[in-house]
Amino acid sequence: MTPALQITGLSHSFGDRKALDQVEFSVKPGDFTVLLGLNGAGKSTLFALATHLYHNRSGSISVFGHDIRHQSSPALRRMGVVFQQPTLDLDLSVEQNLSYHCALHGMARGLSKQRIETELERLQLADRRHDKVRLLSGGLRRRVELARALLHEPQLLLLDEPTVGLDIASRGFLLDHVRALCAERDLAVLWATHLIDETDDKARIVVLHKGRVRAHGTVPEVIAGTKADSLQAAFQTLTGEAP
Amino acid sequence: MSAAAYLRCCLGILSREFLRFLNQRSRFISALVRPLVWLILFASGFRFVLGVSIIPPYETYIPYQVYIAPGLLAMIQLFNGMQSSLSMVYDREMGNMRTLLISPLPRWFLLTSKLLAGALISVPLAYAFLAVAWFWDVEPPYWGYLAVLPALLLSGLMLGALGLALSSLIRQLENFAGVMNFVIFPMFFASSALYPLWRVKEGGLALWYVCQANPFTHAVELIRFALYLKLDGVSLAVVAGSTILFLALAILGYDPGRGMLARKGGGE
Repeated sequence: MTPALQITGLSHSFGDRKALDQVEFSVKPGDFTVLLGLNGAGKSTLFALATHLYHNRSGSISVFGHDIRHQSSPALRRMGVVFQQPTLDLDLSVEQNLSYHCALHGMARGLSKQRIETELERLQLADRRHDKVRLLSGGLRRRVELARALLHEPQLLLLDEPTVGLDIASRGFLLDHVRALCAERDLAVLWATHLIDETDDKARIVVLHKGRVRAHGTVPEVIAGTKADSLQAAFQTLTGEAP
Repeated sequence: MSAAAYLRCCLGILSREFLRFLNQRSRFISALVRPLVWLILFASGFRFVLGVSIIPPYETYIPYQVYIAPGLLAMIQLFNGMQSSLSMVYDREMGNMRTLLISPLPRWFLLTSKLLAGALISVPLAYAFLAVAWFWDVEPPYWGYLAVLPALLLSGLMLGALGLALSSLIRQLENFAGVMNFVIFPMFFASSALYPLWRVKEGGLALWYVCQANPFTHAVELIRFALYLKLDGVSLAVVAGSTILFLALAILGYDPGRGMLARKGGGE
């Protein structure tokens, strides 16, 4: 099976600072993979490279077999992204924000309307569609961003610290929804976080620290690999720092 | 991607900019007040100080406010172009830029559509200014209001592309005050917006060359001539050429392989 996301020998530097060093892992369709790392681990650089914001210096990133550097259009078409920083237009309504995204993907009006309807219903946002985003809480804004990332029916979903600043209920909603998407739609998910409790035993994790992958596998595999008794202890062993 | 997909994408970008514009009434008002202050206060104060001889495209002696009106139209576009292009790289706007750049359509197309949207937004502003200016005796021929439209669009594109190129190429240019001091004011004052270039030539030949080389001068002249139903071929060529050059620089600047994003990093 072609991996949804395949990262091979990926390195990147800004001047002398090495942000990523020989990073390698893959995400298969239906996988919920947690990219676990502290602030400054290189997660956002990895996201910037994977979303074609700028080119990687060495190594490769491919999305369903399409190299992001050379075949960015088919790769981006298959990818949905929720960025760490808010990217919604606060002065536009929920629906206007979503329509804009559909237009950026060249989707026809009829299809856009139908998809917007579906995602708003699914994320329990239908009654807020005409509200300006500025009026929404942080949790609802994140839901809108998730709805937006799903409008073009991507097969790979990248989320960069999507729960930062959210309360427990909003975090839970987001996590449950994305896990359900993995199961229902066979969606491949890469969920970057520094919060260990956003993983579960079914998730695969990639521990990234100072630009390098320190461990990769299911939670039990990573724990076993370090001979620790919990993921927290394993993380501490791998990075020398508490999560 | 089909041609229809490209069209939908471009229309989507245009409609987003238009909706944003409608929602930012204060931006509209301040963009309009700025040139009106110049027209009403500055021009009134200077009308007797600066005599203007008969120069093309005018066929008679004209009051000073008539002379500076085209320059103020270009000023609207200068501010609008710089503001909309540079705002894309500010932190608070970076998110919007990223939303745009993860579209599967080619980056040059996305940036050009964005520029086109910025230029179109400046058009209602320009006409609102002309409507108010009419009460201050700025009364170009009726057809001039139509003829000036392509000139406004082209100069709007050029200034937006310049802003975008600057935003991607110059690292230090990260606040609007810096842009005001180093780009907007020098471009505006070293041009034919406020005084005819023959006057500048009398003052000093070097400055005259600077004004001639300034693409903003040609944007002003293109607008001035169009408003009076004439075509200044040299200005048209300079503005069109500069637009292509600035756009190419902007596209290069946002190229994922070499642009500002790659140097600065985009997220850590």
